[in-house]
Amino acid sequence: MNNIVVMKKSIPSPADGAPSAPSSQPSTAANAATLSATPAKKKPLNLEPMFNVLNMIGLSFIAPIVRLCRGENPRAQVKDLWQLLGIPLVAIAVFLFAWSRMSANIETSLGKIPGPVAVWNQTGALWADHKAEREKAAAFYERQEKRAAEKLAEDPNADVTVRKYTGKPTYVDQIGTSLKTVFLGFMIATIVAVPLGILCGLSTSFNSALNPIIQVFKPVSPLAWLPIVTMVVSALYVTTDPMFAKSFLISAITVSLCSLWPTIINTTLGVSSIDKDLLNVAKVLQLKWHTKLVKLVLPSSLPLIFTGLRLSLGVGWMVLIASEMLAQNPGLGKFIWDEFQNGSSESLARILVAVFTIGIIGFLLDRIMLTIQSLVSFGDKR
Amino acid sequence: MIEIRTGRRATASLLLAGALCATLSIGQAAPLKIEKEQLKIGFIKLTDMVPLAVAYEKGYFEDEGLYVTLEPQANWKVILDRVITGELDGAHMLAGQPIASTIGFGTKAEVVTAFSMDLNGNATTVSNEVWTLMQPHLKKDATGKIEHPIKAETLKPVVDKFKSSGKPFKMAMVFPVSTHNYELRYWLASGGLHPGFYSPSDVSGQIKADVLLSVTPPPQMPATLEAGTINGYSVGEPWNQQAIFKGVGVPVITDIEIWKNNPEKVFGVTKAWADKYPNTHLAMVKALIRAAMWLDANNGANRKEAAQIISRAEYVGADYRVIANSMTGTFEYGKGDKRALPDFNVFFRYNATYPFYSDAVWYLTQMRRWGQIPEAKADQWYHDTAKKVYLPDVYLKAAQMLVDEKKAKKEDFPFGVDGFRAPTAEFIDGIEYDGRKPNAYIDKLTIGLKGAQKVEGGNVK
Repeated sequence: MNNIVVMKKSIPSPADGAPSAPSSQPSTAANAATLSATPAKKKPLNLEPMFNVLNMIGLSFIAPIVRLCRGENPRAQVKDLWQLLGIPLVAIAVFLFAWSRMSANIETSLGKIPGPVAVWNQTGALWADHKAEREKAAAFYERQEKRAAEKLAEDPNADVTVRKYTGKPTYVDQIGTSLKTVFLGFMIATIVAVPLGILCGLSTSFNSALNPIIQVFKPVSPLAWLPIVTMVVSALYVTTDPMFAKSFLISAITVSLCSLWPTIINTTLGVSSIDKDLLNVAKVLQLKWHTKLVKLVLPSSLPLIFTGLRLSLGVGWMVLIASEMLAQNPGLGKFIWDEFQNGSSESLARILVAVFTIGIIGFLLDRIMLTIQSLVSFGDKR
Repeated sequence: MIEIRTGRRATASLLLAGALCATLSIGQAAPLKIEKEQLKIGFIKLTDMVPLAVAYEKGYFEDEGLYVTLEPQANWKVILDRVITGELDGAHMLAGQPIASTIGFGTKAEVVTAFSMDLNGNATTVSNEVWTLMQPHLKKDATGKIEHPIKAETLKPVVDKFKSSGKPFKMAMVFPVSTHNYELRYWLASGGLHPGFYSPSDVSGQIKADVLLSVTPPPQMPATLEAGTINGYSVGEPWNQQAIFKGVGVPVITDIEIWKNNPEKVFGVTKAWADKYPNTHLAMVKALIRAAMWLDANNGANRKEAAQIISRAEYVGADYRVIANSMTGTFEYGKGDKRALPDFNVFFRYNATYPFYSDAVWYLTQMRRWGQIPEAKADQWYHDTAKKVYLPDVYLKAAQMLVDEKKAKKEDFPFGVDGFRAPTAEFIDGIEYDGRKPNAYIDKLTIGLKGAQKVEGGNVK
């Protein structure tokens, strides 16, 4: 464990100031305590690898619970549990209380700002709505089958293509669309950014050539890109039977344009900060360019590449909502836009449901990337 | 010779009769052969999209073998562009949109319509501040109730006051070629307020204007008014009633008072689409006619249900009580000042769904009046343009099929008219409009371009 911490410190911190993986200090202390306590036991079942995994995916609070159950140093475990679970829960409770008290005092033209209860009710309403819509879809297909059967009875050669359900996308569908859009955008960004970053890292001249462009485009908002992307996509993407809806492509490309930069910058940093000794060794061995890249450059810059990717996905998810609003891509952004336009007494509560959904999904995406990042960082790559 | 001629005529009429019989029997026996079954139709969150929602919810689309998805759009420009690029098969459109795009004002494209979606349904709302300033000039009856229609003359002192204190008086409408723009302009001009000219080099529409008009998408109107960016707006429902519920403004005049039974929205498709999918187009019109009939059936008995349908989030999404206010034959002018206005929304009565050439010509006269059509045109040009855009033949064909299928009554449709409404003087200023003589009408109007006048460099020449 100590070793790992040292290793992490040796990694140069990324340009964008990404917070490195939170290594929970108390749990380390507790681990030390457990380690000293374990030799007394007869058969020490080693759960450390499992705890490390839990730590990695952000469920570190499970470890003290398990330890508590096994009767290991209860005092330290309770303290750990309080730190990892108790304090966050209390904070959430305080937040909910403050929210419900304050929101009741703000009067908008759409009524009061909804409190936690109203938002929770709307979450239920959206779910009920989703289920009702699924039932309607089932009825729709049933009607179609019946009609097709009638058609076939009349004329065996009749065209009975099954038509897709024509109803509205539900909230769950919209979350799905948003995720698909952000992943397409993120993939495009990755495919472009990683090679560019590697080139920048390997060649100082290439880097100084590209740097001004990166610096200028990096702070540009998605709203500025969107009209241009819309025009370009409309002009270039002309098919009679489109595989993707234009609004989907426009949103995805806008996402990639905004999420390119952290990956490029971090990859550049990762590649350029490879140990010079290693590069010298490569020179001495007269490694081919390709071998050098695969055996040396990529493995040693992976942690920072993933730091960049994690930041990119975060930016992409943030940008997505705005671009969906404007491009009318039927995801969470459009949901918020439509609800704002509806202006009904439930609209604000529904928008808040979307706010929390966006937050929670963003958090989960970040966790996933963090897990991957720590996997490639602490492995036996070198 | 004569004999041969009669012979020919007889054969011709025989052939015609045969063809007619054939179409009739086809209409009764087998349904239309639909070229494109899966369709995407766009709409704007306004109560007059309701024929689309009803046709969907009541299964009229499916009865015709159409699988239609309805999708709300951000604004009128988006809707027109997406219909032109083919992303949408058709859409809920402003009556002026197909006309303007066909003559090339704004985006140039051939857009046609065979179905007029409704009559009336708009109103003009002013902010609370303006309403307070208007109070001393309003006429009241014996009981102290404000007399309607409120003329724009009562707004004039307020605009003058704004002007003298150096503040611009700003109002919003929803699109440069929208019915709201022309209605608001008509109302303002009838009260001596100049709403401004368009010219080929300046399409802001604010040349020589007393009241500065600009574009805001319908659902954002109340919020924009509340923010103080504008002093009033002209828009369809529920956004005027919404202003009352939110307490941000007061509706002063409805469009039915400006021009009784004026055409409002149409169902627009591109000409290419209509040519490529004639049967699909017919089926669409059939379903929409049935929806319109349902909406006006039994003296509006179904309106409450309709309001319920469109208050759902996927359609208009505003609260039911707001939508029901205007949909069910009443209109709330001020908080608590609810008055009966049975014709505020007309979906089928008065031949509301038939695409009259004279309606298209009226919009053209207003485009000319305010300089969107920069040069004088002959009467014939007005009629030719109207005939390019409005397709009453398709409408009547669809109506005939419904009559044959016993889904509608023959007397409900204006079979045999030449496409022009009778001349009417039911305007707020009482000026008679005859669609057959557009130029004579333009010359009768007070403020506006007349004859061969042009707007050049900010001046009328």
